[in-house]
Amino acid sequence: MNIEQQDFYTQAILSMAALVGLTSFLMLGQGRLLRLIFVFALQGLLLTLTTALAAYSLDSPHLYISAMLTLILKVIFIPWMLRRQVLLMNMHRDVEALKNNTAVMLGGAGLMVFSYYVLHPIVQTSSAIMLNALAFSLSVVLLGMLLMISHRQAVAHVVGFMAIENGLFFAAIVATKGMPMVVELGVAFDVLVAAVLFGIFFFHIRTSIDSLDVDRLNRLHEVDQ
Amino acid sequence: MNWLLAVIQTLLFVALAPLLSGWLKWCKCHLQNRKAPSLLQPYRDLLKLIRKQPVVAEHASWIFTRSPYIIFSAMVLAASVVPLIAVDLPTAASADVIVLVGFFAFARFFLALAGLDIGTAFGGMGASREMTISSLAEPAMLMAVFTLTMTASTTNLSLAIAHVLNEGLVLRPSFIFAMFALVLVAIAETGRVPVDNPTTHLELTMIHEAMILEYSGRHLALIEWASQLKLMLYGVLIANIFLPWGIARDFSLHALGYGLLAISGKLAVLAVCLAISETLVAKMRLFRVQEYLSFAYLLGLLGMLSHIILEASR
Repeated sequence: MNIEQQDFYTQAILSMAALVGLTSFLMLGQGRLLRLIFVFALQGLLLTLTTALAAYSLDSPHLYISAMLTLILKVIFIPWMLRRQVLLMNMHRDVEALKNNTAVMLGGAGLMVFSYYVLHPIVQTSSAIMLNALAFSLSVVLLGMLLMISHRQAVAHVVGFMAIENGLFFAAIVATKGMPMVVELGVAFDVLVAAVLFGIFFFHIRTSIDSLDVDRLNRLHEVDQ
Repeated sequence: MNWLLAVIQTLLFVALAPLLSGWLKWCKCHLQNRKAPSLLQPYRDLLKLIRKQPVVAEHASWIFTRSPYIIFSAMVLAASVVPLIAVDLPTAASADVIVLVGFFAFARFFLALAGLDIGTAFGGMGASREMTISSLAEPAMLMAVFTLTMTASTTNLSLAIAHVLNEGLVLRPSFIFAMFALVLVAIAETGRVPVDNPTTHLELTMIHEAMILEYSGRHLALIEWASQLKLMLYGVLIANIFLPWGIARDFSLHALGYGLLAISGKLAVLAVCLAISETLVAKMRLFRVQEYLSFAYLLGLLGMLSHIILEASR
C-alpha cells in the first residue's frame, strides 16, 4: 500500500503525525519558557485535530470524546496553568542557554531513526498504513525524555513529561483506534492531577533553593562546596 | 522545434526576471505605505547601467572583469535546466537537479573570488560571510531536493515534476517539510530579509552588496540581473515542484499559453507572500543565521525521515 492509494483523511492524518513530530523538535530547541509552553499547546492542538480526523475516517465516535479531553486539558488548561505560574514566578524573561543545542538536535534525529528501526518489525505485521505513524509517536515519547534531560528548568521538565504522555496517547490512536474509555479518562485525570501537583512542587522548590534550575538541587548538602 | 522552444523558454526566463523583482518591490512599497516605482523600473536601471562606462580599480585582475560574465552565464544555464512553462524540454533532460545546485555554487564561487580580488575590506568580509551562509544552506537544499528525488525516483527535474503531476493531488508529509526547507534556503540564498537586506548599504550588515560594492556600469548590470534571475529560479523551483499544476505537458500553443499564465500567477502570489514576510520580519543578527539554516536542515531531514517512515510502501 502506498500513500498515493490512500484517501485524503489518511494522508491528512499522516501529515499531522509528521507535524506533531516537528513540534517535538521545536520544543527541544526552545530556550524561552513561554514559547515552549506555546509549542506544547500547539502539539496538543495538532493531536486534537488528528484524533478528530481519525474519529471521522475510522467511524469511531468515542474518539471524539478523547479529542475533546485533549483539547480541554492539553491545549487550554495545562498550558494556561503553566503560563500563569511562569508569569507569577517572573521567569518569562529568562532565556535558558541550552548546552550543545546542535548535538541535542542531531541526537533527536537519531532517536527518530532508532524508533523507526525498533518498530519496523511490528509495523510489517499489519497492512494498516496508519501504523506507520507509530514510529513517530515513539519518537515523540523519546524526544520528551530528551527534553527533560537537556533542559534545566523544572517547568521544561514538566512540559517534557506531558509531551511523553502526548506520544503515548498518539500511539494508542494510531495503533488501536484509541484506548478503552475508562483508561483514557483515568489517564486524563492523572495528567490533570499531575499538573496541579507539579504546580505546588514548583513553589516548594522555589522556596527551598530560590530557583527552578534543577542543577542547583545538587547543592542541597549540609556543607556547601 | 523542441530545441527552439527550450531556447525561447530560457530567453523568457531571462527577460521576465527583472519584472518579478519589480513586482516584488511594488508590493513591498505598497505594504510599507511608500510610493511604488513603476513595474518596469528594474529594466530602466539595467539599461542605464549598461550604457555607463564601468570603472575598474587599478589593482583588479582579470577575475574581477570576467566574473560578471561568468556569473551571468552560469545563471542563464541554470535557467535553461529548470522547467518554466513546459516539461520534457531537451535542455531539462540533459541536466539534473544536482547540476543545478552545482551551477549556483559555481556562480557563488566566482562572486566570492571577485569580492576578494579587489582587496577592499568590504569585499573580503562579504565574501567570507557569503561562503559561511552558503556552506550551511547547501546541505539543507540538497536534503530537500533528495526528499523530492526519493519520491519521484529520479534526480531529473522535469521527470520529477511529471511524476508529481501524474500522481494528482496527494498530501505528502515529506513534501510539506521539503517545501518549507526549500523556502527557508531560498530566502537565505537570494539574500532576502531575515538573512540579508538587498536594499541596504549599511556596512556591518550587508553580505551580497558588500561583495559587489566595487562594481559599476555593465558589470554591475550583469550581476544585478544574475541575482534577479536567481530569485526567479528559486521561485520557479518552489512553484513548479510542489504545485506543478498548469505546466504545459505537450507543446501545443494553447497548453503553452496556459502554462505561462499559470507560472506567472504562481510567481506573483509567491512574491506577495515574500513581500509580506519581509515587511513583518526584522533582519536577524548574523550569528543567528546558523540557527535559521540548521532549522532548514532539520526540516529537510524530517522530510526525508517522514518519507521513509510514513510513506514507504509495504
